[in-house]
Amino acid sequence: MDSEIFYKSASELDSLLDSGKLTSVELTKAVIERTRSIDAKLHAFISFDEEKTLNEAIQSDMRRKTGEKLSNLDGIPVGIKDLISERGQPLTCGSKILGGYVSPYDATVIERMRNAGCVLWGRLNMDEFAMGSSNENSYHGKVANPWDISRVPGGSSGGSAAAVASGETILALGSDTGGSIRQPAAFCGIVGLKPTYGAVSRYGLVAFASSLDQIGPMGRSVEDVATLFHVISGHDDKDSSSYPVDKTNHSMESVKNKRIKTIGIPSEYFGEGLDPEIRQTIEDAINFYKNAGHRVKEVSLTMTEYTMAVYYIIATAEASSNLARFDGVRYGYRSERAKDAVDLYYRTRGEGFGSEVKRRIMLGTYVLSNENFESYYLRAQKVRTLIRNDFMEVFKNVDLLITPVTPSPAFKIGEKSADPLQMYLSDIYTISINLAGLCALSLPCGLSSDRLPIGFQIIGKPFHEHEVLSLGYEFEQAHDFKNMHPAI
Amino acid sequence: MKDKNFGHSVHIENIATLARIHLTEQERQDIEKSLDEILEYFDKLRTVNVEGIEPSAHAFPLYDILRDDEVGTPFDTKTALQNAPRQRNNQVIVPKVVE
Repeated sequence: MDSEIFYKSASELDSLLDSGKLTSVELTKAVIERTRSIDAKLHAFISFDEEKTLNEAIQSDMRRKTGEKLSNLDGIPVGIKDLISERGQPLTCGSKILGGYVSPYDATVIERMRNAGCVLWGRLNMDEFAMGSSNENSYHGKVANPWDISRVPGGSSGGSAAAVASGETILALGSDTGGSIRQPAAFCGIVGLKPTYGAVSRYGLVAFASSLDQIGPMGRSVEDVATLFHVISGHDDKDSSSYPVDKTNHSMESVKNKRIKTIGIPSEYFGEGLDPEIRQTIEDAINFYKNAGHRVKEVSLTMTEYTMAVYYIIATAEASSNLARFDGVRYGYRSERAKDAVDLYYRTRGEGFGSEVKRRIMLGTYVLSNENFESYYLRAQKVRTLIRNDFMEVFKNVDLLITPVTPSPAFKIGEKSADPLQMYLSDIYTISINLAGLCALSLPCGLSSDRLPIGFQIIGKPFHEHEVLSLGYEFEQAHDFKNMHPAI
Repeated sequence: MKDKNFGHSVHIENIATLARIHLTEQERQDIEKSLDEILEYFDKLRTVNVEGIEPSAHAFPLYDILRDDEVGTPFDTKTALQNAPRQRNNQVIVPKVVE
């Protein structure tokens, strides 16, 4: 058997499993062994339960043997970002405040992956409560980028990206509130999809900013990401914001079917602050599409300048409200030093939350307070309407947009951690997609001169995941980036 | 310690009280400094004309989709209490609330 089985795609592995040349137990053991040998350097996992995982692999092998395969992902290990509930497994959100918490129920995405036969592999590290762009904010330790362990993997789904990129898992689930799937995917050289708001159920996902959060798939190829998206998406009665979308239009056949499209290039996304190597690499990708027969035209998104401010007002406001539930009463960490019931809240939250989470709760509380509500929160919601209108106007003339994912390749650990505003600005190209409720794919398109991955972003209309996946697939087929692995 | 009053009138102590978070002196200073900088950055929104624009609470108009009102299986008491920091007799224990 190939010694680097953990670098194969889910689609290749599915064929091997079908042919009987490989079992899910062998595959799962290979992934566990890989994790054991390198995770001390990466710290991508917060916890894993080997026995439970191997049991799921055994079950899968029995199904394959008797011809009862549940899906093309039956027996394929998928890592889970540590903010998605899996019954019987710990869930920490990268925080001290959820120390000791064990999920009493399955998230809808977990239930759907079980029904598809996926092997639910370990719990992946993340910025605390998904607040961060570098994975330096985890109570359980910083995650390193497998391409250069002195650099960040991006965040907040940094553990998911590092694990997929290094072969510690085949696929992973991440979540994306302002770029938390796409930015780490770009930093680690993998593929990540931020589905349209409402395309994937949020039931069982710990909420950060409820009007922006989406769960999405991360993998090493567009096909793998599309396959996992197909499994987890679709309407769910348990999430009132989940949309009754037709799943048939993002089948694999639809993704592989090339159609000539009109691609918009928003000039505001290629302005000052963009690394020249990234600019060049993305221009090469745009030229590829031109040569492949697509129409390319420059467009303008005039509200781009305001997206960062709108995002950090809305996201922190929603977070301050969502995180009020962590009070030390019903679950998780409780301070032992409380003098009385109210002091229990102060102490538990003071001791249980990390500094970035406290900063954002404070900021959110401020913008929601009586005297500031109108000038910050309400104003931001109105500008959000304008940002969305901006995109809808552009989408009258183009089918998709291509932009950078990040202004620079992965930065050094510690480089931006002392300057929150600079850190926030590393999400400049991804946040507007969440505000406008669009879907977007981040996929690799090159390496920098320092051998760091560079990604580009394909943005689609709401519920047009098949179009962004299809355009990404076309690029991937013509290049060899999916077989580009870090030397770890 | 006396509250510091910024140009954006951030009373850090008031906000911490509203948010029910105990801050150390170091955290208070860090947060004061960064909030001031971040709020200054937010000021750019003041230049946008939002006259007559409806606020968006979500990315697109989405109305509650109600499911049928069917009786499901709730957690049993043991499961519901499994994560409680302290419990006794099927109840969560908290510090005394009423004297």
